[in-house]
Amino acid sequence: MARAAPLKVIAAGEGSDVESSLYEVRKKIYPRAVQGWFARWRIALVVATQLLFYGLPWLTWNARPAVLFDLAARKFYIFNIVFWPQDFIFLTGLLVISALSLFLFTAVGGRLFCGYACPQTVYTEIFMWIERKVEGDRAQHMKRDGESLNARKVGRKALKHGLWIAIGLWTGFTFVGYFTPVKILFDEVLTRTLGPWETFWILFYGFATYGNAGWMREQVCKYMCPYARFQSAMFDPDTLIITYDAQRGDPRGSRSKTADYKATGLGDCVDCGICVQVCPTGIDIRKGLQYECIGCAACVDSCNQVMDKMGYPRGLIRYSTENALKRGLTPRQLVKRVFRPRVLVYMALLSVIVCTLLATLYLRTPLKVDVIRDRAALMRETRDGKVENVYRLQIMNTDERLHNYVIKASGLQGLQVVPAGPVAIAGATTQSIAVTLQVDPAGIKPGSHNIMFHIEDKEQPSIRADEKSRFFVK
Amino acid sequence: MSDFTHDGWSVYIAVITIVSILACLVLLFSLSSRRVAPGEQMGTTGHVWDEDLAEGNYPLPRWWMWLFVITVIFSVAYLALYPGLGSYAGRYGWSSTGQYQEEQVQAVAAYGPVLDKFLKQDIKTVAASPEARQMGQRLFLNYCAQCHGSDAGGSRGFPSLKDRDWLYGGEPEAIRASIMEGRNGTMPPMGAAVGGDDDVRDVMHYVFRLSGRAFDGIRATRGKAKFDSVCAACHTEKGTGNTQIGAPNLVDDIWLHGASDASIMESITKGRKGAMPAHKGFLDDGKVHLLTAYVYGLSQ
Repeated sequence: MARAAPLKVIAAGEGSDVESSLYEVRKKIYPRAVQGWFARWRIALVVATQLLFYGLPWLTWNARPAVLFDLAARKFYIFNIVFWPQDFIFLTGLLVISALSLFLFTAVGGRLFCGYACPQTVYTEIFMWIERKVEGDRAQHMKRDGESLNARKVGRKALKHGLWIAIGLWTGFTFVGYFTPVKILFDEVLTRTLGPWETFWILFYGFATYGNAGWMREQVCKYMCPYARFQSAMFDPDTLIITYDAQRGDPRGSRSKTADYKATGLGDCVDCGICVQVCPTGIDIRKGLQYECIGCAACVDSCNQVMDKMGYPRGLIRYSTENALKRGLTPRQLVKRVFRPRVLVYMALLSVIVCTLLATLYLRTPLKVDVIRDRAALMRETRDGKVENVYRLQIMNTDERLHNYVIKASGLQGLQVVPAGPVAIAGATTQSIAVTLQVDPAGIKPGSHNIMFHIEDKEQPSIRADEKSRFFVK
Repeated sequence: MSDFTHDGWSVYIAVITIVSILACLVLLFSLSSRRVAPGEQMGTTGHVWDEDLAEGNYPLPRWWMWLFVITVIFSVAYLALYPGLGSYAGRYGWSSTGQYQEEQVQAVAAYGPVLDKFLKQDIKTVAASPEARQMGQRLFLNYCAQCHGSDAGGSRGFPSLKDRDWLYGGEPEAIRASIMEGRNGTMPPMGAAVGGDDDVRDVMHYVFRLSGRAFDGIRATRGKAKFDSVCAACHTEKGTGNTQIGAPNLVDDIWLHGASDASIMESITKGRKGAMPAHKGFLDDGKVHLLTAYVYGLSQ
């Protein structure tokens, strides 16, 4: 980072010593409403993410919720797949993919996630929309907040908070609906038979939504979120950031629309301050890149409007890179610089892991088997001189319908499985099957022998599992 | 707080705890502001590295301070409700033992009705229920499979439970009694009573004849006399055994302690012992009922 923003001076003692607080009271931010290309993108993403979040638990699949994380039964249902604890590696893969995607998108586009898709941004956006409907846009809201207490003010505040709390509770309800079937949960709410933990989590998540999107807002991004603090490790001079073109804009100053401002030595910035007014974190983007900037592009949209009105070209504040500003790169050169080694490495890693995960998911058979050998007796002899070993097969049918499995064994000449017939295991259940293996010991050397169990579906032999075990002969 | 021999220790701990909490509060508020000298600039420590990398010193947000206060309120509430302040048990009187017992009660309440449903049915009905069989199998794998094997096929010295040969009887009541009270099977050493090795071999050939195995006619005839006088007391003259005392049936070609000549000779000469532990007081009636039905169902 070449240009560091100058340090803020908080307070400077004058005259005599003053007692200064070491804690800063939050200054309320009244962001002005924004219209524009990026604002529309944000609205589209708010709608898309929220349709997904609120809608998903209500979908039904195979007469059960399409998406359900059943913690008590330790089964995660996602459409046609049921994940068991043994599938934990998929969650690991998903987390690795998420982390790498974050690295990749940050390296290329800066804080895209923060500005458009982060729940904190999304819910703040929804809450601010309600706030503007109830209390008016920036100027009106500030004026109304300045009024002394009166019935209309109380009414407005009550309406706003009522709506916020309603959204918060619905969000909490939806969240819990991912862990308890949402229709049952809905009935429980209506009949007031919610369990204590369901109640707690609905209220907790509801309160978190209300508090974070209504009250804390930019404080979450500035003080709680680690991303703001480690973003500088992922940025480089070719990362897209929201920038003020100081060469073009400075010196700033108000001017008459008709005057030849260039003759008076002024830059393109009319110093209207709208970019500061729209900022949800309350910063002045003209001071350069700051850790508070969540990359929402509200200042880009608003400045473009001002430039249009003034008849100046757009893009005084725009998505650009540090290098592009310094060297005056063309958009084509800028795009070319996207494919730098760092980005290519991220892309390569990401595509390898995504492909591996998808392939594993595709090849995953809905059958898992654990073989547990009886330990108390190594072996036993039958009356007709054969040797028997006993095993317990823990057969997990992770499919949602009944399967008939045939159990076979190999590794010793003449190895026989008792019972020989197929076993039926109901959908999404685990069953222990006691299996006896028999062999005629003639010609088999005493001791331990490696054997293999083959369990396969009677109708679809592609659904199979092979597990190794040992067989003892006296 | 049984480790503390004197109440004074409890007070000592409680005082330290309370003083620490109060000290945290005092520290928090006394350090929440400071005097700024004329001309002093806050917001920077004045440290600069690498030309322009400056170390700032910005105030924390005010709500952060209230988070500290909330932790104090939480700890006070916690100490009032739960054990933590010396030997004070807390308003809720919580203890890990109490929680364990509570969970036991909940488990009984949850599983009781399922077990009770089967407890009201007779063993033959329960044995025919697939649901009961699955539950019974799980119980069997937990409690019985260590000796009798996962397939209930037993092993040397541990009887198979699926072969219709019962040492103590295969009726539901007998099975139930075996599980509840356990069994102690004893075959005394009969080497001396029978005679020498040759006499023992004679008896063995007679037993072979009883069980339908290949035998030596002369030895078997000689062995019959010995058998009738020595063995028949427990195994009966026909050799069918006695379930009252757990004397095995000798005519069914099932050999608990091995079928080889050497094993059978050893059984006669040195005797055998078998023990099934009692499960009364360890497994409740509902579980024993399910297990009885499962074991009964194995050989039906």
